[in-house]
Amino acid sequence: MVEESLFAIFMDGIFIKNFLIIQFLGLCSFVGVTKDTKSAAGMSGAVIFVMILAATVSYILYTYILVPLDLQFLRLISFIVVIAALVQLVEFVVRKNVPALYRSLGIYLPLITTNCAVLGVVLLNVMNEYSFMQSIVFSVSAGIGYTIVMIMMSSIRERTTLVNVPSAVRGLPQAFLIATMLSMAFVNYFKVIPI
Amino acid sequence: MSNAINEFIRGITKDNPVFGLVLGLCPTLAVTTSVENAIGMSAGTAFVLIASNILISMLRKQIPSAARLPIFILIIATFVSIVDMVMEAYTPPLYEALGVFIPLIVVNCIIIGRAEAYANKNNVFNSFIDALGSSTGFLLVLVLIGGIREILGTGQIVTFGYNIVAIPMMDPATFMILPPGAFLTIGILMAIVNHRKAKKLERGE
Repeated sequence: MVEESLFAIFMDGIFIKNFLIIQFLGLCSFVGVTKDTKSAAGMSGAVIFVMILAATVSYILYTYILVPLDLQFLRLISFIVVIAALVQLVEFVVRKNVPALYRSLGIYLPLITTNCAVLGVVLLNVMNEYSFMQSIVFSVSAGIGYTIVMIMMSSIRERTTLVNVPSAVRGLPQAFLIATMLSMAFVNYFKVIPI
Repeated sequence: MSNAINEFIRGITKDNPVFGLVLGLCPTLAVTTSVENAIGMSAGTAFVLIASNILISMLRKQIPSAARLPIFILIIATFVSIVDMVMEAYTPPLYEALGVFIPLIVVNCIIIGRAEAYANKNNVFNSFIDALGSSTGFLLVLVLIGGIREILGTGQIVTFGYNIVAIPMMDPATFMILPPGAFLTIGILMAIVNHRKAKKLERGE
């Protein structure tokens, strides 16, 4: 692998290590809220927002508190508490100050606490030993990759709602079969373009 | 006693974590590239599920209902940290293969779902049986998906050094080991399960 420039991390996060389709992080929301494009977009917005915040806060927490005190084994517990607290805080602030944003994102915020994508970003940042700048770039690109796939998936599902398929395939199996084809496109991406 | 057996069977069939309740999809798809990884993952999940179900059921009268979810998450995170460290120390290759998915057991909806829906309301023995049933159901599904993907993708199943099945194949479909294979396998399996359910409903009525 070439040295990890910020651009390489950015492209990695969007396409090659795409969270939904390649790494299977955050699949509950992938099959749960992609029934229409509007809610998929709302969910993606909330995820990007919380991902960046969580990456920042957890980086500070890990580097300046856990590492100096030699408490790395507490990282999982502290990260999950930080994310849960952060989601609550964001919900309060947004509801108080930006009611319009709250109406469109509000119902998705509680879902994010148990979304593996957010905790996954934070843990991958620590595991890859990214610097502050690198972890921010990685979380932004992971969020963008998540959004792209969510929007694509929800548009396809909207268009295929009226397709006549056997009743056993309708619903979740159909969503997984669509995901198969999307995933094929993404997998070929990193085979064709060697980075 | 028959009640306990029913609870156990229910975790495998009707309330099966993957096909019945559609929970815990991330690990189900991500780690099933081989049977070995599938067994490792379900062993980790089973330990956390059983231990947290027993502890939550013991403490169910002490936990105030307003603060129950944070307490559940802390209890689960503690057990996941134990699994994480034990696997890192004793099975390094498995730890490498499962990667970020071991710490992510903490956000696996199966565990918090069983805690909230069952362990919080029932006694210790029943909670233990319920956790055992759910873990067995999860193990069976993961091994099934892992087996299908490994045998089609590599032409053989090698688990912990033993070559269990080998089919002479000219050109194994590497596709099945890659991410699309996971989506395809679970899509088809889920369609079969839905078909069976619909048949059963027809016959029942």
